[in-house]
Amino acid sequence: MSRKQSSQASGFARNIKKFFLSAFVIVAFIAYFFHEKFTSQASASANSGNPAPTSSATQSAAGSSQGTYKNGTFTGPAVNAYYGLVQVQVVIQGGKISNVQFLQYPNDRRTSQQINSQVMPWLQQEAIQAQSANVDLISGATLTSEGFANSLQAALLSAKN
Amino acid sequence: MKQSRIIMGMPVILEVIDSWVTGKTFDEVFAYFEYVDRKFSTYKDESEISLINRQEITVEQSSEDMQAIFMLAEQTRQETDGYFDIARNGKYDPSGIVKGWAIYNAAEILRQAGFKNYYVDAGGDIQVSGKNDEGQDWRVGIQSPFNPKEIVKVVSLQDCGMATSGTYVRGQHIYDPKDSEQPITEIVSLTVIGPDIYEADRFATAAFAMGSAGIYFIENLKGFEGYMIDPKGLATYTSGFERYVCHA
Repeated sequence: MSRKQSSQASGFARNIKKFFLSAFVIVAFIAYFFHEKFTSQASASANSGNPAPTSSATQSAAGSSQGTYKNGTFTGPAVNAYYGLVQVQVVIQGGKISNVQFLQYPNDRRTSQQINSQVMPWLQQEAIQAQSANVDLISGATLTSEGFANSLQAALLSAKN
Repeated sequence: MKQSRIIMGMPVILEVIDSWVTGKTFDEVFAYFEYVDRKFSTYKDESEISLINRQEITVEQSSEDMQAIFMLAEQTRQETDGYFDIARNGKYDPSGIVKGWAIYNAAEILRQAGFKNYYVDAGGDIQVSGKNDEGQDWRVGIQSPFNPKEIVKVVSLQDCGMATSGTYVRGQHIYDPKDSEQPITEIVSLTVIGPDIYEADRFATAAFAMGSAGIYFIENLKGFEGYMIDPKGLATYTSGFERYVCHA
């Protein structure tokens, strides 16, 4: 019977590569930050200059509402994303998310830089929708209970074959 | 050939496509899950983990498998900045790591027996290998956290693991280890695809405990993708998740 072994591979060459990648990402991020700062200052002047982190979502340009969400541009609150504050802005068109942008992104703390330098997060969002049940198997949260014998998950799977 | 049994209070489902499989193989894999249950169940008074929790034996005195689990749990705790922790209120509950480990080892039994096309599913955490009965990648649905009869995403997988952590149906069962009375409420479901089920399961559990930040943790983990659902039904997914999604 085999057992899962822990493995850790690291090397000098990889560290060098990491360093250059980190440097590139940090420079790119700074450039992006200044670009965003100047462009948002231009548009913020019309809004009055209140500071960015807010505790509730703000909204601009609400349009007709069809679908799950109202049309417009929505700014989320600055939330603590485990290694720093993250704030996103979402654009809804036709009731669906058409764009998500990061307004704030952690780059101040040491651990943040370490994490950021690996990959710039580029998360995407959507409203969940029911899909065709033509699947081989289903992943879901574990229901640890004796009554699980009657689980709908098992029922769903048996319904297929 | 496909069989399922209820072990550890959850359905364990095996399907092997390779035509030469026999019932004996299935018995062997199910027996392995039963062995794991006898040893690691915190619900069984006579299990080895219960002996440790009653301080009748120490971890050092325990079996090789038990010591392996404690070592892997400690490694995971360090890799997740403490968000994965098997110690809670003075007792150990390693179920957050045992399940993925058991599924991984069960799939290894099949692989070492020479099988190529199969899956092992224990309570919705899955290791897949090769192709399905139609010669295609395995089609795996993500269950809706709001309606267990509904699937909200379909992905196609080959030779990898997929695990979902969540709060659905029976309510909250994952707590923030840094604040043991604080249940996670910002998200209801987090699915992780990883190189194998052991890796996917432990990082799904840890990332779920991070709340809405968990998806960032997965984004930054090389070789892993994630799909997170919040209480309003809004999903956030990692940059590489799309390539697994079935659009047909």
